[in-house]
Amino acid sequence: MRDLTLQLASCLSVDGMRITRKGKALLDVPQLILDGPGPTLILGPNGSGKSLLLRCLHGLIVPDRGQVRQDGVELNADHKARQAMVFQQPVLLRRTVASNLDFVLKRQGMPRSTRKSRIEELLTEGGLDGKARQSARSLSGGEAQRLAILRALALDPETLFLDEPTSALDPNATQMIERMILRASTRGVRIVMVTHDIGQARRLAADIVMMQGGHVVEHGAAKQVLDAPKSDAARRYLAGGLVT
Amino acid sequence: MQGFASEFNSAMTLILNGDAELWAIVLLSLEVSIFAVLISALIGMPVGAALAVARFPGRRILIVLMNALMGFPPVVVGLLVYLMLSRSGPLGVLELLYTPTAMIIAQVVLVTPIIAALTRQVVELLAEEYSEQLRSLGVSRLASVPVLLWDARLALVTALLAGFGRAIAEVGAVIIVGGNINHVTRVMTTTIALETSKGNLALALALGAILIGIAVAVNAMVSTLSLRAEQEGLRHA
Repeated sequence: MRDLTLQLASCLSVDGMRITRKGKALLDVPQLILDGPGPTLILGPNGSGKSLLLRCLHGLIVPDRGQVRQDGVELNADHKARQAMVFQQPVLLRRTVASNLDFVLKRQGMPRSTRKSRIEELLTEGGLDGKARQSARSLSGGEAQRLAILRALALDPETLFLDEPTSALDPNATQMIERMILRASTRGVRIVMVTHDIGQARRLAADIVMMQGGHVVEHGAAKQVLDAPKSDAARRYLAGGLVT
Repeated sequence: MQGFASEFNSAMTLILNGDAELWAIVLLSLEVSIFAVLISALIGMPVGAALAVARFPGRRILIVLMNALMGFPPVVVGLLVYLMLSRSGPLGVLELLYTPTAMIIAQVVLVTPIIAALTRQVVELLAEEYSEQLRSLGVSRLASVPVLLWDARLALVTALLAGFGRAIAEVGAVIIVGGNINHVTRVMTTTIALETSKGNLALALALGAILIGIAVAVNAMVSTLSLRAEQEGLRHA
């Protein structure tokens, strides 16, 4: 029998969520429960509401109706403080690589004496050793995204949201980022990630949320959704067919 | 033509020989304008940044007003400051009229809207880029102001230099509130006006050359910093 305490402690759920603009439902998710142990990947075509759902889960967008709950409680400031998000285009401060990490650690209240060693640890974790004093804006796309992930991890989050973090990267850079994500997941960070890449979903996902037209059309274990999808939309998307 | 050449030679001699009167005027001009720009920065930058990130009713009207103040006629500013500081004005007891402080006040009134408006533009653009990321990191709108000001520092130095350019070249307001008193409130622009009318073209030309030199240096710095700020932006695009 599954440990119910653990399951509840990491449960993120959506209840009756709806966002409507000009009479059109951009997001309509009556219920969604994310309580599995491994990474959750949200898959679907452009405009299916993946990024919108992610922003709602992180509290960046407040839905017109419904709510997000963590551990059964409506998402509040304490929950948000234990979440972090990485965006498709990494938004780095116009400072050095180390200062980008220091900014977050300082806000966390970490004393100066320990910040330096933590920054070094993080840079090693992201393969950015020797780049501490470099301007963050001079990093390559892959390095910039790794720094954005490191900065998110510096918050020591319970949940890490990632919005297509590898969509503009080459396979090598993608692989490095996927390793970072898997390592974070192994350490117990809940990963919720949006992607277009079916191969990436196969490599990373424990469970998959398939979206189309603002609706969740399927949610289940990765193997089941990828190998034996139940919905027509998921079948067509996975087969590479056009889904509107 | 020979007259001009002779005046020009005299002007260069004044500059190169380190004429005490000339350099005292230059020094006072720089002191007044630098102080004015620093005070304007202390007021204008937070105001501009707050207008960039805050959302409240009437914000648009304030922005339009601030932009309009950038083109406020200096003589009108001089007149208003004069009325405030004159013996019968609300600040008359301070006895600041015809002092360098009065000139600083007039320049602050002229320069603050420029710095505030430019800061608002720069910070608003950066805030758009940073908004979601800062909110994700738990940084409130208010707490985002120093972050944005620091990260926009290159562009903001450009705003300061633009303000300094306006202040140092200003004549209308400072002549009204400063009175152009020898060794007290005589700055480069007001001296040029006075000495030209007296026919002392050598001193006027010497000050004009220094003023042009300062303007060119400021513009070169603005141009270099703008280019660097643009490159910073492009690098990340």
